[in-house]
This record gives sequence, structure tokens and C-alpha cells, in this order.
Amino acid sequence: MISKKEVQHIAQLARLGLSKKETEKMQKDLSSVLDYVEKLKEVDVSGVDVYSPLDGLGNVMREDRIKKESKKKDKKLLELAPEKKNGYLKVKQVL
Amino acid sequence: MELTSLTIKKIHEGLLKKEFSALELTKAYLEKVKKEDVKIHSFLSVCEDTAVSQAKEIDEMIFVGREIPLLAGVPVAAKDNILVEDLGCSAGSRILKNYTAPYDATCIKRLREQGIIILGKTNLDEFAMGSSTENSAFGPTRNPRDLTRVPGGSSGGSAAAVAANLCLFALGSDTGGSIRQPASFCGVVGLKPSYGAVSRYGLIAFASSLDQIGPITRTVQDCKIVFNVIKGKDVLDSTSVEAQSQKSSVNQPVKGLVIGIPKEYFVEGTDPEVIRLIKRAIDKYEEKGAKIEQISLPHTEYALPCYYIIAPSEASANLARYDGIKYGYSKGSKSKSHSLLDVYLQSRGQGFGEEVRRRIMLGTYALSSGYYEAYYLRAQKVRTLIKKDFDKAFKKVDVIFSPVSPTPAFKLGERTRDPLKMYLSDIFTASVNLAGLPAISIPCGTIKKGLPVGLQIIGKPFEEEKIMNIAEVFEKEYI
Repeated sequence: MISKKEVQHIAQLARLGLSKKETEKMQKDLSSVLDYVEKLKEVDVSGVDVYSPLDGLGNVMREDRIKKESKKKDKKLLELAPEKKNGYLKVKQVL
Repeated sequence: MELTSLTIKKIHEGLLKKEFSALELTKAYLEKVKKEDVKIHSFLSVCEDTAVSQAKEIDEMIFVGREIPLLAGVPVAAKDNILVEDLGCSAGSRILKNYTAPYDATCIKRLREQGIIILGKTNLDEFAMGSSTENSAFGPTRNPRDLTRVPGGSSGGSAAAVAANLCLFALGSDTGGSIRQPASFCGVVGLKPSYGAVSRYGLIAFASSLDQIGPITRTVQDCKIVFNVIKGKDVLDSTSVEAQSQKSSVNQPVKGLVIGIPKEYFVEGTDPEVIRLIKRAIDKYEEKGAKIEQISLPHTEYALPCYYIIAPSEASANLARYDGIKYGYSKGSKSKSHSLLDVYLQSRGQGFGEEVRRRIMLGTYALSSGYYEAYYLRAQKVRTLIKKDFDKAFKKVDVIFSPVSPTPAFKLGERTRDPLKMYLSDIFTASVNLAGLPAISIPCGTIKKGLPVGLQIIGKPFEEEKIMNIAEVFEKEYI
């Protein structure tokens, strides 16, 4: 069973605020799913490559160039932000 | 003429012959949604005004004698995790409740160029995480075939809307079965295209190595038409590819066909009545000249555990963007007493529902230092073995048949308390996403007083045309 402390640590990494009750339920739920996926340990994966989708596609490159968008589109995107000032997103003090 | 039970081709003919107008057709659908969706709740939003004005434009084109595309005037719905410019896009989550899409998804853009009419956006499990549409923050959808049961999920709203004739077709997304399982529960057709076949630009990302957009329709023919419009390379999605045209006989797709039946998919735990219908469908294909071959996909039992590491891991990364700063629900951003960390913790803690929080936690755990190799890396290796099982099978057979889900639609509330029990609905579908293959779900009969059962036809990568041709044979002759 995963410990309560571990759950709190993971919640902090995931930036999820959990109440005390939610933390307890999460401890139970995570443990049951983790027990279930334990099954993967039965598989011998020695020498097996990591899956790569669309084998052979490889990396797709494009030119590193700024695409100018219309003012209308800029406005639409900015309007979605909860806090903004002078056409910028407003963020709380970081340091 | 019942305007809300036509096919794409019949609508096209009717419009050209002026048997009805696009406006009449759209209004017939809007009326039906108003009247009947109160009890089903397949739509999260309906955009009557824009639908009416789009329909008028089509009528104008017809009036002046301009040629109209095949899809012109066809009333459509899109799952509410696919962006339609200027319409809300909630992903079934409180965190995006007031979010308005700033642009069209590529699939929407392509369909719009063909003149479709968008009726509205359909319900889903929050961020497409679930198998019953009960995880929607805006209340569950009910199965139109039996209102006490779930429509499946996560594209439950799309499947229910198509089954109840509330739209002609709908778009869904499928990460572990989210198109095929609800299509099967509601008795409609659902296609999960190959990984890379359809652009995901404008799809709210859940698990990027698994997600695909696909059509949910009433007939296989409609499914073909829609898929052919939305497929293909898009510069805005670097994982999309232009597949080479496949060779498939439209006239005799079953003659000489070798169908693989994986023994691991016909085991205890599946409703015997479901198995009976699938076997009956297989017999029909054998009668038509197909050769049936028993095959083995030995890593089948690991597919679901593998999926429940990979999908949550990718989700935990994809959902990091919901931070209460760029868009979406924000708690404390205006308050002086909240720090930046408080804004993150509270916006995300309150904005995400229970299942989404659970998967973010699981994914964060699996990717965290010290556990990455034991969980994520191991799962990605097991995934290679699952893909190799299919590669090996496809050397012997052309397509693989299986049930879509072990049971028909279950009752609302029946599985919500136990996440693992809910996860088992995807046991036959998740491996197809892990291997990047195309698969279609088609209705193959009903059991227990009218509950539909779906047959899954799995193809080799980019052989959508072939599996659809094969599906059409069954549909034409036995439904």
C-alpha cells in the first residue's frame, strides 16, 4: 500500500490540492490500481525495445520561424486568460 | 419523409431534387434535439443560430445552381473535446466550463469545407477518461436504447446522439475504446482510425501516443464518407501521415479473406450471449467464403495494465497546461493572499473531477524519479510485445474479429464505485490503441430485450478502407 506521505508528495508534484479526505481515498484508489499493474512485472522485457509509434516516421522537423497571427486571433487567445494587463498574461510573483 | 433518419447520400439527393431544403432538415434535427434530448442528455450545447445560418447558406448555393459537396447541409455533432471556433469546449470538465475555442480543429475545418452544419457539442467523460460518460462534470448521458443504462464512453454523448437520430453523424475520440465501446453500447457504427490517419490538431489531448479522432455513424457507408474527408496529413499535427492508398475489393471483400479469431478474446468473464452473437457473425462470414483461423495474441492479458500506465502518464503531462493562468478555471488569481503555488493547487484541485485527479496522480507517480523505469519504461516495452503479437498474427490473417466489450450497456451507477471494474470495459479495445491499429465496431444483434452488441473488426495499419468494406457486407445482408 502506498503511504499517505507518498500520496502527498505526488499531489505536490502534480500541483493538485487535495483535502484530507481526498488524500485518504486517493491512497486507497492508487494502491488498488498499482496492485493491478503489478502484473506487468511478470513479463520478460529483457532485450525488448521501447515502443515507438509509426515505426520509421522518426522526428518531424520544421523551420524555426515565428508565424504571424492576425490581431483578431491574438485577441481571442488573450481573452481566455483570467488575469491580463496591457496585452500580456498577468502572473503572480515567482521569486 | 422522416427527415432525421436519412443517410448522407439520401440527404444529398433530396437537396438536389429540392425534396427538402437544408434549413428544413436542420430545423427538423434542432426540434428533435429540443424535444428528446431532455431525457438523454447527449448534447452539452446546441448552437441553433449558427446552424440555421449555415443551412441558409447551403440553400442559397443550391438556389443559385452552384454545385454542392456531398456533405453539404448534413447536420453533425462533435464531442466536446474537439475545438469548434467560437463555441464552448469544456472537455466535460469544470476546469474548462467557460472556455471558448479560439480556432477550429483540422477535422472540423475539413468537414466545414464540405458544407456540414454543426448542431452542437456532445457530452463525454471528463477529458475522455471513462467508459460510461458518468464522469462528465455536467451530468451523465443515458442510452437511448434503455434510459436506465449508460451509453458507454467516453464518446457517450456522440454515440447516443447518433443512435437517437439527434444528428446524422458525430465525431468522437478514441484513446482506449472511447469510440468503439459507446458505438457498441448504442448500436451504431464507430471507427477508430490508425494512429496517424487523422489529424489531432484541435483535439484536447489526453494520451498523445494513443488518441485518435473518428466518426460515429448509423451506416458503414456514411462512416466511409466522413473518414475520407477527415483523414490525411496535416502540417499542424506532425504525427499525422498521408497513407498510401490501400488495395481492397469493394465488390467481393470477403472472398478468400482470412479472419483471425484470437483465443485470448473468447475467455471466461465475457457475457456468453455476447460471445454467441459474435460467433454467429463469424459464421455468416464463413458462409460467404471467408476462411476462419484461430490465432493467439499471447500478451493480451497485459494490455490493460499497460494501458493504465501509459495513458495516465501521458495525461499527467498533457493536463499540466491547466494551471489557472492561461485559460480555464482559476482560483485565487485575483487575490493578494494567494501565492502562485496556491493558484496552481486550488485551480487544479477544484477544477478537475475525481477520475481525472486519480489518473494525474497515477501518471505522476509512474513518471516520478525512482519509479519511471519500473512502470513507464516497462510498460512501453510490454507495448512493443503487444504490437509484435499483432504483427505476427497479421502474417497469417487479413483481419481480426472480436467482441468490442465483454458486456452490453450496464446500468447507471453500477460501476462508478470501483475504478478497476470500469476499466475492464476496455479490455478488448485498448490493445488496438496500444498497437496503433484501425478498428471498427458494427452492430451485430441485440440481447436481453434490445441491448445492442458490437463486433470489432481490427485491420492492419492504414487498412481502414478494407475493414469498412468487410463491415459493410454484414450490414447489408444481416441487419
